[in-house]
Amino acid sequence: MGLGAETRGRIAKRAAQEITKGMVVNLGIGIPTLVGDYLKPELGVMLHTENGILGMGPSPDPGTEDGHLSNAGGYPVTLNEGASYFDSATAFGIIRKGYLDLTILGALEVSEYGDIANWIVPGKRVPGMGGAIDLAQKAKKVIILMNHTNKDGASKIVEHCTLPLTVQKGANMIITEMAVFQINVDGLELIEIMSPYTLEEIEQATDADFKVSTMLSINS
Amino acid sequence: MHDIPAKVVSYEQITDHFQNGMTLMCGGFGGVGAPPTLVNLILDLGITDIKLISNDVGFPWIGPGKLITEKRVKSLIASHIGSNPEAGKQMHDGELDVEFYPQGTLAEKIRAGGMGLGGILVDVGLGTRVEKEKQQVTLENRPYMIEPALTADVAIVFAKEADRYGNLTFDKSARNTNPLVATAGDITIVEVERIVETGELDPECIVTPGVFVDYIVPSKGVDWKWVWELKREDVSPNALRKK
Repeated sequence: MGLGAETRGRIAKRAAQEITKGMVVNLGIGIPTLVGDYLKPELGVMLHTENGILGMGPSPDPGTEDGHLSNAGGYPVTLNEGASYFDSATAFGIIRKGYLDLTILGALEVSEYGDIANWIVPGKRVPGMGGAIDLAQKAKKVIILMNHTNKDGASKIVEHCTLPLTVQKGANMIITEMAVFQINVDGLELIEIMSPYTLEEIEQATDADFKVSTMLSINS
Repeated sequence: MHDIPAKVVSYEQITDHFQNGMTLMCGGFGGVGAPPTLVNLILDLGITDIKLISNDVGFPWIGPGKLITEKRVKSLIASHIGSNPEAGKQMHDGELDVEFYPQGTLAEKIRAGGMGLGGILVDVGLGTRVEKEKQQVTLENRPYMIEPALTADVAIVFAKEADRYGNLTFDKSARNTNPLVATAGDITIVEVERIVETGELDPECIVTPGVFVDYIVPSKGVDWKWVWELKREDVSPNALRKK
């Protein structure tokens, strides 16, 4: 089941709270792309794209698009002050060398220890990994935004991933329409409930053990 | 000034460099920065059994994606084909042999080929399927995979400006893999938006030194619509397959 625009926006807005002043951030496609809409300009965040921009700005006004200025998905973007262009080797050098403070990605499955599966469903969907492995393995922090369950209603948060991994122990946080989990060395910790969901509903929809934070809050 | 080779040529003068079964490296990312006129030339020449090396294969009607749609490609080395359902279908049907690499690793394999290196050491993908059948080494107590460099018979590139020596500048994010691809071909052919006299480009602004470039042809511009120019129903996987 896909999420409505309002719910997707809410997840993106919550993720934006994790972004602090001056961070270098890469946003994946899907809900992560929406996070850009919730970034305050005064934060001076530098958005990075795999196709060779640091300092990407919002979408251009219709009619002012430039076919040679796009994000990694091929959609037109603009630049913020201080932006630069570079080739693909440099784009991934920035990632590999550890200059990305944060990447926000979608996922098919995330395990309770932060293993991520998001690039292949063998026999069904084999698009290639693109930059997903570079990003998930090398960014200082990885936040996963996704539906809590798949279209069959099964939990996407699992004890062990069944799909081929993108990275072992890569994710630091999961934000879904139901909850926010932090991933610690000893496993999942529920830190926030997205209202109107309840703790019982989250337990029911989550196929992995988690502890409940003593600082648990409700996101209304 | 020394005599310099006449690199600025017509499309007719480069046709012999495209052969059936050639290894072809193509610049571009999602079709942005892929050389449209050179892709069309390869189609018009009827070249088949291409071994293509490209970051991705654009969309079915954009960039090197057209070579896939027209079934000219026998094998593909890429990082992602998700935007071209035709490539996925041919791979699934066993018509197209695809080898995937993490995007940064692929870029670096191409760069290594262009820089005269035998390969690179990289740890991206350790602990995943990527490490399968890869030779590994330990250096300073850290594990790496050995990834051989990539080169090609012919590299095709898109640039903003070229002078007659082949010095190149690029246009915004249409730069992407182009400066890497430009170095890795036995023959490098560049399609440019603007050809200028040698000496006109500021040496500080030249991204690719002309020594890497063999031929320069003037671009006839893109003959496709970008994905964002189409309506949502036009970019559904079914519609894409029909284009």
